[in-house]
This record gives sequence, structure tokens and C-alpha cells, in this order.
Amino acid sequence: MAGSRSFISKLREGDEIARLITFLFAASVVLITFMLVYELWINSALPRHKFGLHFFVTQVWDPVMDQFGALPFIYGTVVTSMVALFLAVPLGIGAAIFLAELAPPRISDTLEFFIDLLAAVPSVIYGVLGVFIVVPLMRQVIYPALNKPFGFLPIFKGPSYGVGFLTAGIVLSIMLIPYIISVSREVLLSVPRDQREAALALGATRWESTWKVVVPFAKTGIMGSVFLALARALGETMAVTMVIGNTPQIAASLFAPGYSIAAVIANEFTEATGELYTQSLIALGLVLFLLTFVLNGLARLLIIVTTQKGSKVRA
Amino acid sequence: MKRTALWLAVVLFGCSLAVLAQTGLLINGAGATFPYPIYSKWFDVYHQKNSSINFNYQSLGSGAGIRQMTEGTVDFGATDGPMNDDQLKAFQDKRGTQILHFPTVLGAAVPTYNIPGVSAALNFTPEALAGIFLGKITKWNDPAIAGANKGVNLPANDIVVVHRSDGSGTTYIWTDYLSKVSEEWKNKIGKGTSVNWPVGLGAKGNELVSGMVKGTPNSVGYVELIYAAQNNIPYGTVKNSEGNFVKADLASVSAAAAGVAKDMPADFRVSITNAPGKTAYPISSFTWLLVPEKIQDAAKRDALKGFVKWMLTDGQGYAEALSYAKLPKEVVAKELKVVDNIQ
Repeated sequence: MAGSRSFISKLREGDEIARLITFLFAASVVLITFMLVYELWINSALPRHKFGLHFFVTQVWDPVMDQFGALPFIYGTVVTSMVALFLAVPLGIGAAIFLAELAPPRISDTLEFFIDLLAAVPSVIYGVLGVFIVVPLMRQVIYPALNKPFGFLPIFKGPSYGVGFLTAGIVLSIMLIPYIISVSREVLLSVPRDQREAALALGATRWESTWKVVVPFAKTGIMGSVFLALARALGETMAVTMVIGNTPQIAASLFAPGYSIAAVIANEFTEATGELYTQSLIALGLVLFLLTFVLNGLARLLIIVTTQKGSKVRA
Repeated sequence: MKRTALWLAVVLFGCSLAVLAQTGLLINGAGATFPYPIYSKWFDVYHQKNSSINFNYQSLGSGAGIRQMTEGTVDFGATDGPMNDDQLKAFQDKRGTQILHFPTVLGAAVPTYNIPGVSAALNFTPEALAGIFLGKITKWNDPAIAGANKGVNLPANDIVVVHRSDGSGTTYIWTDYLSKVSEEWKNKIGKGTSVNWPVGLGAKGNELVSGMVKGTPNSVGYVELIYAAQNNIPYGTVKNSEGNFVKADLASVSAAAAGVAKDMPADFRVSITNAPGKTAYPISSFTWLLVPEKIQDAAKRDALKGFVKWMLTDGQGYAEALSYAKLPKEVVAKELKVVDNIQ
């Protein structure tokens, strides 16, 4: 292009330097992601060649006979995450609505402090709490309460050992609630005042203005918080492995013990001898990455679709 | 400018201190978690006797130890389960020399249980243990268990089996024993640090296995002997190959090693589960140090040879204080001869 300055001479300006450096930082994040996937791909070549797509549908995990299948772990990861979301989303969004809209500011700030504390607790502490509190609670209170009246339903059938899908789901949901509350509350607080005032001016009650105007306005942000929570739930390791029972099986009952991808990798990776075994665990890591990727992609899609429907609301 | 110079000086000083602290020979090792306490003690005592030699041992697990040895990133390794022929060959191919196994101490796995109303020490036969862990024996009052425990009121409750979820030497010992006493176990499941358990819940580490057994009524699991002893966890006896019900302790575990000392293979890769001997505890095992046969670095070679020799003689004296069973004399004698093969 005639008249344009060379790259080097542009670099003399502070603006251009800042632009280049921040671009490099952003690019490095993308680069790291690609390198991660590349490493996972390269180091899981053996099971890919040996099992192919059967890896995704085989239920057997046998390190001695060298037979590996990902299905029980995918099932466990998805089930515990779904249970966790089922419990955490209503609680989290409800609490966020209370804190943002209906609570006096002092209570809101104090509770926010506690919620930030909860979000910072390490995962293994939640695991310990799960073992000492949730597991006995499950065995003595929750299981009898659900199994006696609803035991005919496949999801509530069978015996309970205290550990299992439901226990892991409960512990996970406790971990997710602070995330959902934090982000949703911020989003709700950032809804412009005129939206609320307009609703109230039109004769809506406090609750109607909150539920029918403010929350829909903040919908995309709230959904973002839910998918942030989902991403955490999918990768959660220590808390899950301490309360899920670590049994690679697919069972309809929520009281049955199961296994998740992160848990099996944490349990077996250091002692894994043999190339196929180690690489199968790495392949599971790749599967988890893909699962997270797919779910996050669906989340983005959902947000785009709903924003287009709402049209005037910006993400 | 002055502030920056001051900080720079502090950092450089700190770094130089760190460098000074590491003078002398550094020998790196990695491997099994089970013997970590006694190895730490040995390395510390040996360093005090030979202040120029520092050992750095990372208890990453037997599998990681074998892997790091084969990759050549560490000078020695440690494993609870001996390397199999494929792994030996892989090491030979990659590092160009053979690897030597040196038994260091002994460990054992014990059955622990929680049956409401039963406080007596239960006796377990090999058939009972195999049946329980295969999922064939499902109730506590099954004749296979009751037959060995006359006078104990065993309830008709379902047995909840607990096993290790993480790969572990304790699982290796347990499944090695079950493979020896049960043909079905050997064919269906086999032995390893991680296996495809037919029944049972998995818990991570001795801590969570014992925690789960303690918290779950009618459960049975297996833990490392030292862990059970140090935490006062009640455990049962196991019938050995001569028909005696033996409770695991330092003496009975060492007796198991003495029982096989005569017929040990030259490379010490032997399983001592179900060993002969009246007082032998049947679920015992060695844990091994892995050292290459040829070591290029003369200083490291001499340091490792010196350490292994010391470990086999004076070092054994520290084992029992930490609740590890020490090697029998016959095995020590054989090992001392092999140490001289390291060149």
C-alpha cells in the first residue's frame, strides 16, 4: 500500500507496542489450548488405533486384560453434573434474585461475603465434608425418604451405600451454588434502573417487575453463569472421587455407585504401567475436553439463539 | 533505582543460599509410596553419615517409578510390584543395560471389616476371601465364613465390599494372593495395581478404605498392615498354606519371606504370598529398589552401591521402629552378593 509506514516504524509508537503485546498474550491462550489438545491427541494414539470408536461405547475397564472403554465414565460425569445443576440452578438463581432485587443492601453485601468464601473453599475440603456429613445423611435420611415412597421409579431403586451418583451430585451442587449466585447477582445488578422503574410505573408489583422484566433482561448472563458452573462440575475431581463410590458401571438408580472421568484419571494415572493403560487414561482426558467443548458450544449456541429471539438484549 | 538494586541483591543472595545448600552429590529417585517413610529415614540417616551425598526421593507411585527409570530421568526407582518381563525388556532396550531388583523391606495387606454386633477377630479362609471379593459369597453368615468362626454370631446381612480405587501396591499384594488361592480369580480378574473388580466400592488410599469400612455397616475391605497397626484398626486373621490362622504382624510377615528364601530366583522378583511356613502370614510382599546394572557416573555408582549395602545391614535396624518388617538374614546375604554386580 502506498504511503503506509513499515511495521518497524509503527512499533515506535506506544499504542502499537501495547496492541502487539496484548495481542500476543491473547494469542498465547489460544496457542496453549491447541497445544493441550495436540498433546492429548498424540499421547492417546494407541487406544485410538486399537479400539477406535468402540472406546466410546465399551463398558469394560480392565487394566489387567488391557480392555478399556469410556462409557461408564462419560455416563457418571454427565449424570453427576446434571444432578448437580438440577439442584444448584434453582437454588442459585433464586438466591441471586433475592440478593440483587429483594434484600436490603446490607444483608446483600454480608451474604455476598460468605458466598465468596464458599467459592474459595478447596475441592478436597468439600470431599471431606461429603464423606463425613453428606454420606451419613444420605444413608440415614435421604435414602429412606426417597426410596420408601418412590422406590418403584428406576432412579430411586435399589440399595444405598451412602456413596453414589446422588451423593456426588449433592456435593457438586453445593460447590456450584456460589458460582451461580455470584455471577447471576452481578448480572441482575447491572440491569438498568429504568427497566425496573418502567415496569413499576406500568403498575407491576415488585415481584412481577423482578420476574417478568429484570430476570429476562439478564437471561443471557444468568445462562452464562449456569454454563460456567457446568464446566466446573464436569472437571471436578477430588470431591467427586471421595463420594461417588468409584465403581465403573452404568446404573439407572441414583443411589448406585459410579465413576467419573476426572476421578478415574486422578485415581489411576500415577500407578498406570503399560503404554495402552496410560494412553487410555489420556484418551479419557481428551474425551472430557471434547465433552466440555461440546457443552460450552451448545451454551454459546443457546445464548445466540435466545438473544436473537429477544433481539434488543445484548449479551 | 536504589530500591530495585536492593531487591535484586536480596534475590541473588537467596538464590546463592539455595545453590550452596545443594552442594555435593545429588541422587534422584522416584517410586512407591508404601515404603516412603522408611526410605526417608534411611536417606536422612545416610546423609548424616555421608554429608556429601543427598538423596531426593519422590513417592509418585510404583508405576511412575518404573516409567521414570525407563525414561532415564531418575537414578534409582522403587516399586511394590516387581517389573514384568515386558517392562524389563523395555528398560534394556531403552537404557542399554539390565535393571536390578533389591528387596528392601516387607509389607502386608490385612482384611478389615465392620459387622454390627461382632467385635471378635474373624478368621478368614482363602476360599472365603476369594468368594467375598468375587461376589460369590454375599452374606456374612455364609458357611464359608461361619465355618471358621464358630461361636461368633454372624448376621444374615449383605456383605459390602470395599477396595482401593487408586492403583496401589496393596492391591497388587491382595490380588496376587487371590490369584494364587483361587483359579477363578486368576482367570477372570488377575493381579495388578488396578484391576477390574467384580463387586465393591472403590475408595482412594488406605485412609478412605478404612474410613468407608468404619462408616458402612456389614462392610469388608483390605488395608496395609502398617496403616492398620498405626491407626488401631481391628483386622482379622488369614489361614496360611499350612492351615494355621495367622494374624499379620512384623514376625509373621518376616516369616513369610524366610519361607521362600531358599528357592528365591536370582533376580529377587518373587511373590511371597501364600508362602510356606507355620507362622508365615500369607498376604505379604517385598518392596523393591530398582538400580541399573551399569551406571556411567562413577560417583553416583559408588554412592548407590554404598547405600544399598548400608541399607541391607545397618539400615534394617530402623525398619521395625517404623513398623516395617525387616528382611530375613538369608535374603540379605543373597542381596549383598548381587550388589557387587553393579558396575
